[in-house]
Parts: sequence; structure tokens; C-alpha cells
Amino acid sequence: MTRFLVSLLLGATLLAAPVAAQDGPLRIEITEGVIEPLPFAVPDFVPDNPAAAQAAKDLARVVAADLTGTGLFREIPASAHIGSVSDFNAPVQYADWKAVNAQALITGAVSVSGQNLTVRFRVYDVFSGAELGSGLQFAGTVDGWRRMAHKVADQVYSRITGEGGYFDSRVVFVSETGPKNQRRKRLAIMDYDGANIKYLTDSAELVLAPRFSPTGDRVLYTSYESDFPRIYVLDVDAVERRALQTAEGTMSFSPRFSPDGRTVAFSLERGGNTDIYTLDIASGQQTRLTSTPAIETAPSYSPDGTQMVFESDRSGAPQLYIMPASGGEAKRISFGQGRYGTPVWSPRGDLIAFTKQNKGRFHIGVMRTDGSEERLLTASFLDEGPTWAPNGRVIMFARETQGADGRSTLYSVDITGRNLKQIRTPEGASDPSWSPLQN
Amino acid sequence: MGNLGKWIIAAALLGLAACNDPSRLGDGMGGAAAGSGTFAPGSASDPRSPIFFQEAIGDRVFFANDQSGLSPEARATLDGQSQWLLTNTDYTAVIEGHADEKGTREYNLALGARRANTVREYLVTSGVPASRLKTISYGKERPIEICSVEACYSKNRRAVTVLAGGLTG
Repeated sequence: MTRFLVSLLLGATLLAAPVAAQDGPLRIEITEGVIEPLPFAVPDFVPDNPAAAQAAKDLARVVAADLTGTGLFREIPASAHIGSVSDFNAPVQYADWKAVNAQALITGAVSVSGQNLTVRFRVYDVFSGAELGSGLQFAGTVDGWRRMAHKVADQVYSRITGEGGYFDSRVVFVSETGPKNQRRKRLAIMDYDGANIKYLTDSAELVLAPRFSPTGDRVLYTSYESDFPRIYVLDVDAVERRALQTAEGTMSFSPRFSPDGRTVAFSLERGGNTDIYTLDIASGQQTRLTSTPAIETAPSYSPDGTQMVFESDRSGAPQLYIMPASGGEAKRISFGQGRYGTPVWSPRGDLIAFTKQNKGRFHIGVMRTDGSEERLLTASFLDEGPTWAPNGRVIMFARETQGADGRSTLYSVDITGRNLKQIRTPEGASDPSWSPLQN
Repeated sequence: MGNLGKWIIAAALLGLAACNDPSRLGDGMGGAAAGSGTFAPGSASDPRSPIFFQEAIGDRVFFANDQSGLSPEARATLDGQSQWLLTNTDYTAVIEGHADEKGTREYNLALGARRANTVREYLVTSGVPASRLKTISYGKERPIEICSVEACYSKNRRAVTVLAGGLTG
């Protein structure tokens, strides 16, 4: 994979303390009930050499798309610009950008040498007339140019919001074709914005619910490859898979990695009863965590690895419970009307996202880990399977439409419930799992 | 045989992996001496034929929403299935559990397993050797009907007993 060099152009403290750059007026508080999107300008980046001309334009466009796509930023289009940037190091003419009401200005320069591409960028707080943070440089490959644009956009987003970014990330999901009764499914991986799609399995067998490892290098999923549902682990770069060894003659599914990547929590069905188990990948040791006659499935570890939230119908209908990661007494946390499923612990640790079914509608929602402050973010005929952006601020999920022509597609939504939007995929799509930020 | 073609079509409608495993359509058909001569061996009117099992007895039972309990109709069907399986000892069966689309994917997988197991236990209690019965769940992945109303859902919440001729060559 591509390796990125990160170097400071100016000797400031950016990497150590990106948050320190937000004291000025240029700041979006994501948690507030805003929002008038912050206007920004990102003129074409400056090509350092002729070979970089196309990349310089393309990078700026992807940076703009990333920022605009959050719903927190609004681009001042190039057609409205008065000024231009033809020298990355020349002083910024703030008046030109104030005049078009761009509060933030992003400038960049790109050089291409063979397969190597380097991008430098700066962010300016136009109305304060000062640079926000320091210039930064990323080096990678020409083929990986979109990733460098995402890295630039992550930096801009972080400096202005104070939150971690999420653009340099990927999504593994199930790509779907065919009608409901003849649906063919295969694993696919793409950038978070739908670019660079790649298929990881063929459609010969049914595959379900992939999940990234904590470092994004492996994927757990359930497949009927052996004519029987069982769990596989797939190396993303090598596209090599192997079955996890679980008990014979039983159905295993719903796998999730522990935060250290060494353990898999999953559901194992035996005699019609489904319980949660863990499997130590290295030793193969299997441990049973629940033992009720109810359905226990959809486990999700807390980011510190000490607890697990899961779904159980032990009360009569599916509800959410939290138990120690080694098993033990479980505490119910969902008490609202309806049925709760597919809990996923936020990477920040503060919230649990879930699917809720109530009065014939499906919702994606979030609640605190004690079950309080439940908020429903979406509503439709069938919304299902939330997954968290690396910064814990955005959720992606699958929405299936009603009826004989029903089709599943991916959507994302802010945890505020704003900015609901579809992720374009070439085929139908379900069961998304969002990777951590890439290295 | 025309019947074989019919079988393959029927299997495809059921979402079975028929092409992967021809044996599950019943090796027993060819060898089974049907006897009385009042019907064509292997046809729907042959009580020893898989088609008879599928159509006359009924290869599937249906469940109420989010339930895995057996209705009186389901028990009657399963009584017929167990009689047939006790008579036609060449056959094994895989019981497939299914759910409608109104549930999350993984919960529905577990629910389908619960339904399949309910059927298996009923058949075992009726005397069919447990070694001849396996279960699998497809959750909501293999609906028969594709509309999004109860008329379709009620047909998708099912457990299907799929015969395989596993004991004779």
C-alpha cells in the first residue's frame, strides 16, 4: 500500500496540537444545532511542474467535495472568485477572498515526478487575515491521488471543527444485483465517497455483513461458501480468505473484531438457540459468553475493549444489552417502544448506534451507553445496519425500498440527523462497515 | 425424464443450491420400486415420490410474525412429513428456516434457525431419526414472494423440508 510522508513546511506545532489552531473565529461547533454552512474557497492547486497540471485541478475538486459533503461547508465556486492563486508561497490577498465572502481559503501546490505525487497545502482564516495552522505536505503515488486529497480535506476539517477527520477511509459492504428472490451478493470495498470500488468475492455464494478489523487490513464476514453459514476472515490487500474454525454442524455468523484485533465476538447457533461467543484467533480457543434460550446476536465491543453491547430477545422482543467483554451479567439499556437491533459502539465511546423497528417503520438512531437521550436520525420502510465514521460524527447505513422492485442503497447521516445523503454505488448495496482512518 | 426437469425448476424456485448438489433432489427416485402400478413411479401421484412429499403432503410450514411456534395446520403437515420420512427411509432432509424482510439481517438468521429447529424437533419427536435431519437458516435472504405486504410476508416466514437422497447410491 501507499505510504505517506508527513512533513511540516513551517516549524509549528500542528501535528502535536491541531486543536490549538481553533481559537480564532473560524470554527464550526458540530455539536451545536446549527448550521449555516461555512463558506470556503479552494482555487485549483498550483502545479509545480507540467506533469502535475491535471492532478492540481483534480485534488482541489476532491477536497471541495469532501468538505461540501459534510453539510458543514459551502463552496464559493470558482466562477465567483475575484482573486486567484498562481504562487503557493505568495502572500494571500485577503481582500479578494473577503469580497466573495469566503471565510476559509485553502491553497495547494502539487508536483508529480514519475509515479510520485506530492501535495502541499495551507488553510487561511480570511476574516482574521491569518493562516490557520501551518502548511503541510503529503507524499504518495499518482494513482493514490484521491487519498492525498482526502488527507488534505481531513486536515482542513479538523482545523476548523476541532474533530478528527474521516475522509481518508474506506467502506466494505455487500454489493447486490437481481430481484429480491434471486439476489446475488458479493463483497466490495470502496473509498468512503464511493470512488475506487473493488470486488472482493464473486457472486457464487451468499455473503453477509462484513466488518473491518481495527486497522482496516482484514474483514470478517459470513458466507454460505460451504453451503452452510460460517465466518471467514479476508485479507484486504491480498484478497485471501480463510474460514474461522468454529464448532461443527453449527451456524456461526455476526462476527466482529475486538479493538485489539485478536478476538472475534460472534453468534453461534446450536439446536435453534443463538448465543454470543468469542474466539481467540491465535489459539482458536472459543468461549461462550451468553447462555439463555433467547436469540443473542450482533455484538459490538466498546472502544476500550472492556464491554460489549449486543441484541437479545430474552425480554420477549429484541432489545439492547451491555455486558462485560468476558461475559457475565448483562444490563438492558433500551427501553423505548419497538424493537432494537444491530447496536454499534461509537469509536469515541460515547454513543451506541442501532436499528429500531417501530409501528412498521425502521429507524437508525443513537443513544448514550446508559440508554438515555435516544435520538432517531432516520425513518423509512427499511433502514438497517449502522456503521460509524472514524470520528464518530457520521453514520452510514443501508436503506431498502419497498415492494417487488425493492433495492438496497447506502446512505450517510450526521449524528445530529442532518445531511442525509445517498452514497452512489454501481449496484445495490447493503451491510456497510466503515474503516478507521488509513495510515 | 420430464419429472427431473420439473424438479429442477421447483428447486430453483425454492432457492436451493440445486446445481451444486444434484443428489439432494432425490437419488431415491430412480431406484424406488413404486409397486402398485396405478400411477407412474416418481410422479406426483406416486406417494413414494419427492414430488408427492412436496405437493401432496406439503414441504413447508408457515409461522406467525416473529414466532417459531407451530400452528395446528403446521403440525398436520409435519405429521404427514414424518410419516413419509418413516416410510421412505432412503431420504435425509435439510430443514431450511426463513424469515420475512421485516427484521434485521442477523436477528432474522437466528430466527430462521429457531424455526428450522422447531420443525426438526417435531419430526424427531414423531420418530424420524435425528441423524436424517439437518437444519440451516437463510434469514431474510431467500424470500419466495417479493411484495412488501403481509400476503407475501406470511409465505416467506417458513420452514421448508428439503429432501435429499443421501442413503442410497
